[in-house]
Amino acid sequence: MVEKSEVILGENEHLRINMGPQHPSTHGVLRFELDLRGEIVDQVIPHCGYIHRGIEKMSEANTYQQIIHLTDRMDYLSAHQNNEAMSLLVEKALGIEVPERVKVIRTILSELSRLQSHELWWAAFGMDLGALTTFFYGLRDRERILDIFEESFGSRLLHSYICPGGLMNDVHPNFKSRIKEFIPYFRKKLPEYDQLLTGNIIFMERSKNIGLLTREEAIAFGITGPSGRGSGFSCDVRKHEPYSAYDRVDFKEILYTEGDTYARYRVRIDEMWESLRILEQLVDQIPDGDYTVKMKPIIKLPEGEYYQRVETARGELGVYVVSTGDKYPERIHFRTPNFSNLFVIDKLARGHKIADLVAISGSLDLVIPDIDR
Amino acid sequence: MMDNTQLQQTIGRLIPRAVFNQNTQFVEVVIPADGLHQTAQLLKENPETKFDFLFNLTGVDSKNELRMVYHLRSTLLKHTLVVKVVTTDRQNPEFASVSDIWPAANPFEREAYDLLGIRFTNHPDLRRLFLEEDFQGFPLRKDFVDPINIVEK
Amino acid sequence: MKFSIYDFSSFTQSIHELLTGVMSPTWVFITELAIVGLIFLLFYAVLGLFLVYLERRVCAFIQNRLGPNRVGPQGIFQTIADLIKLLFKELFVVKNADKFLFNLAPFVVIIASLMAIGALPYAKGLQALDFNIGLFYIIAVTSLGVVGILLAGWSSNSKYSLLGAMRSGAQIISYELSVGLSLLAIIIFAGSMQLSVIVESQANGWWIFKGHIPAFIAFVIFLIAATAETNRGPFDLAEAESELTAGFHTEYTGIRFAFFFLAEYMNMFLAAALATTVFLGGWMPLHFGNFETFNRIMDFVPPIVWFFGKTFVVIYIIMLFKWTFPRLRIDQLLTLEWKYLLPINLVNIVLIAFLVLMGWHF
Repeated sequence: MVEKSEVILGENEHLRINMGPQHPSTHGVLRFELDLRGEIVDQVIPHCGYIHRGIEKMSEANTYQQIIHLTDRMDYLSAHQNNEAMSLLVEKALGIEVPERVKVIRTILSELSRLQSHELWWAAFGMDLGALTTFFYGLRDRERILDIFEESFGSRLLHSYICPGGLMNDVHPNFKSRIKEFIPYFRKKLPEYDQLLTGNIIFMERSKNIGLLTREEAIAFGITGPSGRGSGFSCDVRKHEPYSAYDRVDFKEILYTEGDTYARYRVRIDEMWESLRILEQLVDQIPDGDYTVKMKPIIKLPEGEYYQRVETARGELGVYVVSTGDKYPERIHFRTPNFSNLFVIDKLARGHKIADLVAISGSLDLVIPDIDR
Repeated sequence: MMDNTQLQQTIGRLIPRAVFNQNTQFVEVVIPADGLHQTAQLLKENPETKFDFLFNLTGVDSKNELRMVYHLRSTLLKHTLVVKVVTTDRQNPEFASVSDIWPAANPFEREAYDLLGIRFTNHPDLRRLFLEEDFQGFPLRKDFVDPINIVEK
Repeated sequence: MKFSIYDFSSFTQSIHELLTGVMSPTWVFITELAIVGLIFLLFYAVLGLFLVYLERRVCAFIQNRLGPNRVGPQGIFQTIADLIKLLFKELFVVKNADKFLFNLAPFVVIIASLMAIGALPYAKGLQALDFNIGLFYIIAVTSLGVVGILLAGWSSNSKYSLLGAMRSGAQIISYELSVGLSLLAIIIFAGSMQLSVIVESQANGWWIFKGHIPAFIAFVIFLIAATAETNRGPFDLAEAESELTAGFHTEYTGIRFAFFFLAEYMNMFLAAALATTVFLGGWMPLHFGNFETFNRIMDFVPPIVWFFGKTFVVIYIIMLFKWTFPRLRIDQLLTLEWKYLLPINLVNIVLIAFLVLMGWHF
């Protein structure tokens, strides 16, 4: 006698698919292992390491000036802020006060970086949702900023321009006038972003109430940057621990309390307006003076442990250095914003559709080399 | 908001076994490894400390000892604390996992396991994070040798 | 129609007479069949190329891009370069794929769209198939295309393809209803399913103008549903580049992929041509009430120009959808159909039936 058993097809059965490492909407070599029930996502397991270069290990065999060049390669869209974090740490450890000119220029560069990063994010986020035109609108404006970068530093993406003690070289004479041209240009273009995407009924339906993250969860998971501020977690390092020239500019920390994909979107759009305001305040106030202070060719940090954080376009970047007084760090650890932001995706995407997973991962603004380091 | 000396006094009162490091950027405290989980719970839940935000977790190898460094901040009271636990056991280093207290610790602990070989008890998903499952050794250890891929000083 | 020179039936009649003079009726039939087949294949290929070119230019125009006018004058060689590339690419079959179905799928898709273009009235007398259920035939034949998509998704042995195909299945089954019902609105007005009759019934005014607001509602619903049926625009869930990489045709390469690609464009053309024929007066020129001079000038424009002019305006609108809207999610897509379009459509049809019954339309 064969025992009868009832099996309902599809019940408790999952379709397991690999999203990535080659997938258009993971924005790089990241792999999500998805458990699907039809269209519904039951579990997301992120796998990273596809672009792990061992920057922390490499840094242990490099001097501090050399490490600057490695920091570029983490979050390539926030290269200036990464450089700045490392430089500020070295300056803090050595007790160096950089000239005013350097501070103002660093702040301007940070904000330009943030703008171009958010523009690219907006472009890619629209594309994640299927609005392909956003990509070209975003890149069109980003190009202007990259041109400013190129003129002054000769590179468009990985600048290695901010270094311990100041800047690598002085900015191009056109630097100021180019930014002054850019600000009114972008003030005119930014409303286009809203016209194309923000008010669109399909976009609102796709992003509202998707991927809800409460403030407590954001803190517990360590979600910083615009993603955290979309949940009402006030975590802007520029406000809480001002560095460079942020203590003398007037800007708002954008906070939204909804915690959904739409809130994270709004935070970034509003941050672009705030960045423009900061640029406007600073661009006329670049003081004359040296672009760097004289540093010894070999920097040896005094023995001890140092932590420096800055606000990149994606959140709080922390550099933690353990020094034994040598010219090499004993241990260096980068607390990169994306590293923490990535691992909340399982919590956010569970129970939503695949299309929502794409929207959520887009709204977290992941940059994969920043996760893997 | 407490300044650093007040915070140090509070911590000293709460954790009697704590040892403080002097002349540091943040208040630094070394606690014995066996009381880690309990202490973490206390630091998070005590209304005087309320360290709800673990913003950095680093494993450090300093040749003779391995240690974990927990950077904690209170988003409510705005103070920062660095907690360290140390072990000299290089063969089988093991600490309690704090990922149930601060979910943010989960990936950081996996990273430390991956690169330094430190095991965390009660961690929900202790797998290698960056490297492949069959990778031999732990690259961030000072005694790790790889003549091909690692740049020597 | 005032100018008999634009009447193609005399032209085709003379060819028919010429052929009957030299061969037996069976051979005449076969020769005519061959000629018509050849013309449509050629038309299909040229139109496909032109639509790809048009899409490039329209999307570049919307996206502020200069790229598509770089290869050749106004970029006309880009499409040809694409074609050559697609022809020369390796035909790759995934391991463990169902080879027979995998090869069959592109043909099913392309035949479905090819069968339908024969029934469209391009101008007076220029219509290969004109029978009394023409509209029904087109709806029936175009919905066969989804079988090809399902076959492609199932046989590819890829999970992404399968998901895309299933989405496409759900989508087309739903939107088929709206397409059919919105066309039914005009069938009630015209009283016939024969496409030439529907066009002739618009000699004194297009249905979108004659049919009051209900006809306009039907037109809008048809435009939405037809866009969804062609897997385009905000409804391209079956391909959903950012979610399913390329959906049902993920595993297809070379000319097999080109077939899917071409079929998509031809389906878009079909949708636009159907909208033109049924709602916008087909090849009928634009007339305004009593403006005799204006109406006579309009009559000078050949009907075939009118037909393609109107069709490409509709195609342009469909392209605008694609390049401005984000993609819908699968549940929103089905909600839109079952909770909004279908009830509106049903009410609309009752309204139209009432209008026709009372004889209130023009």
